[in-house]
Amino acid sequence: MAKKKKSDLLYTQEHEWVSVEDDVATCGISDYAQQQLGDVVFVELPEVGKTVAQSEEIAVVESVKAASDIYAPISGEVIEVNDALEDEPGLVNGDPTGEGWFFRLRIENPEELEGLMDEDAYQDYVEGLD
Amino acid sequence: MTTDQFDSLKRTPLHALHEELGGKMVPFAGYSMPVQYSAGIVQEHLHTRAAATLFDVSHMGQVRVDGGDFVAAFETLVPGDLEALTLGRMRYTFFTNDAAGILDDLMVTRFEDHLFVVVNAACKDADLRHMEARLGGRATVSPLEDRALLALQGPKAVDVMARLVGDDIRAMPFLSMAQMNIGGIPALVSRSGYTGEDGFEMSIAANEAERLARQLLDQDEVEPAGLGARDSLRLEAGLCLYGNDLDERTTPVEAGLAWSISKRRREGGGFPGAEVVQRQLREGVKRKRVGIRPEGRVIAREHVEIVNAAGARVGEITSGGFGPTVGGPVAMGYVESDQAQVGLDLGIVVRGRQHPAKVVKMPFVELGYYRGN
Repeated sequence: MAKKKKSDLLYTQEHEWVSVEDDVATCGISDYAQQQLGDVVFVELPEVGKTVAQSEEIAVVESVKAASDIYAPISGEVIEVNDALEDEPGLVNGDPTGEGWFFRLRIENPEELEGLMDEDAYQDYVEGLD
Repeated sequence: MTTDQFDSLKRTPLHALHEELGGKMVPFAGYSMPVQYSAGIVQEHLHTRAAATLFDVSHMGQVRVDGGDFVAAFETLVPGDLEALTLGRMRYTFFTNDAAGILDDLMVTRFEDHLFVVVNAACKDADLRHMEARLGGRATVSPLEDRALLALQGPKAVDVMARLVGDDIRAMPFLSMAQMNIGGIPALVSRSGYTGEDGFEMSIAANEAERLARQLLDQDEVEPAGLGARDSLRLEAGLCLYGNDLDERTTPVEAGLAWSISKRRREGGGFPGAEVVQRQLREGVKRKRVGIRPEGRVIAREHVEIVNAAGARVGEITSGGFGPTVGGPVAMGYVESDQAQVGLDLGIVVRGRQHPAKVVKMPFVELGYYRGN
C-alpha cells in the first residue's frame, strides 16, 4: 500500500473522516457533520483495546440538540482516544479534522479504505444532501 | 420528514422573517418553527441571559373567555385562584382531569370583562374542546386566531421596552398585563416569560407581527433565538415543559407545583380532580419531580433511568440536556418520594452505563424576574 500524506482525508457516507499513516487510522467527524450537530457538549469515546468492525457503533457525540452515534469508518483495534475531548468537547466544532479527532484504529483490512470517498467526492456527496 | 409533511405544517406570521434571518426550521407541534439561527443554541442561550432575545411564540394558543360569570366558571376547570387575581394580573395554572392529571399548563390574565388565556401549541385544539365541553355555555370561549405572540427575554429587555414605550414600563409588576402602543403598534404586553429572566410577552395582530419584530431586532441589545435556546433556558430555570415534565398521568402535587393552588382552592376544591389533590396534600405522593445534576459531562435526556446507590430503578428523567449557563449537564425527572431529598446521591443510566448524579434544588440558575425596586 502506498503511504498516504496525512492531509489526505477519506470520508464515509456517515460523515466520519479517516487519516491514514502507515497502519494507523486517525478518525473523527467532518466539518459538515459538526455544523449539522451544532455545539458539541459531550463525546463518549470507546475504550482502548476494543476491536470494532466497519460500520459498528463506536462512539457517541452529544450536541445541545441530540445524541448521535458515530460508526467505525473501518475495522480495527482502538489504540488511542483523544482524551482532550473529555474536558473540551468544543474542539469537535472548532477543529473537526484536527484537534477534534476522536480515536485511532490499528487498520485491520486496508481494502476497506478503497470504499471511502476522497475530499472531492465527499464534497460532491454533501452538496447533494442539502 | 418529507416535503409533503413540511408543506402541511402551519406557519406563524413571522415565517418569512425566520427564513430571512437564517432560522433552521423544524416541525414543532404542527408548526414550522426555528430551532436556532446562525448563532447557534449555546450563543442564543447565553445572549438571553446577558442581554435580550426575541422569540416567536405565535404557535401558542391565545384564547378569550368571557360572558356570564366567566371567572367562577373558569375556576371549575383549573385549580388556580382567579377570584383572588386583581385586574390585569396573571397566574400560572393547569387544566386538570378528574384524576388531577394535568391536561395542559397555561397562563390566565384577568380583565374586567374577560380572561385572556395562553395555552400550549400542541394542546390548543384539545384545550378548546375541553373548555367548550366543561364550561357548557356558562362562559364563551373564543380562540384568537389572528394574533401573534412575541417574547422579549433577558436582563436588558426592560431597557429596550423603556426606549420604545417609555420609562413607566420599568415599574410594571412581574406577572401583570396591560395594553400599550409599541412604536404605533397596539399590543397587549405582559411582564412574563419562560426563560427565568426578566422579560415581556406581546400579543399583537398577526399583520403587525413582522413590523414589531423588526423594530425589536433593530435595537442593539436584541438578537433572535429559537426553540432550542428556549428549551435550555427554561430547563435551567426549572420550568416544566408540558408533554415531558407534565402530562395526564402527573398531578400538580407530584410535579411540585402545589404552590400554584391557594388555600381557598385547596380547601374549597371545585376543580377536576380536587379530591385527589386534597388527598395527596394530606397523605403525600409516591413520586416527586426533582432537579438532577449529573456529575461529569454525560447528558441525561428524557427517559433516562434514575437508579439508587444499589442500582435499583427509582425514577426517570423527563427533561435534560446541556445547560450553557451552568456549563454542564442539567436535568429534571421524577423519583420515588423517599429518594427526593436534595443532596442525595443517585445514578443515571445512559446507554447502559451508570453515571453518578445528585438530587439538587431547582432552579439551576439565579432567576432574574423583576420584583420591584
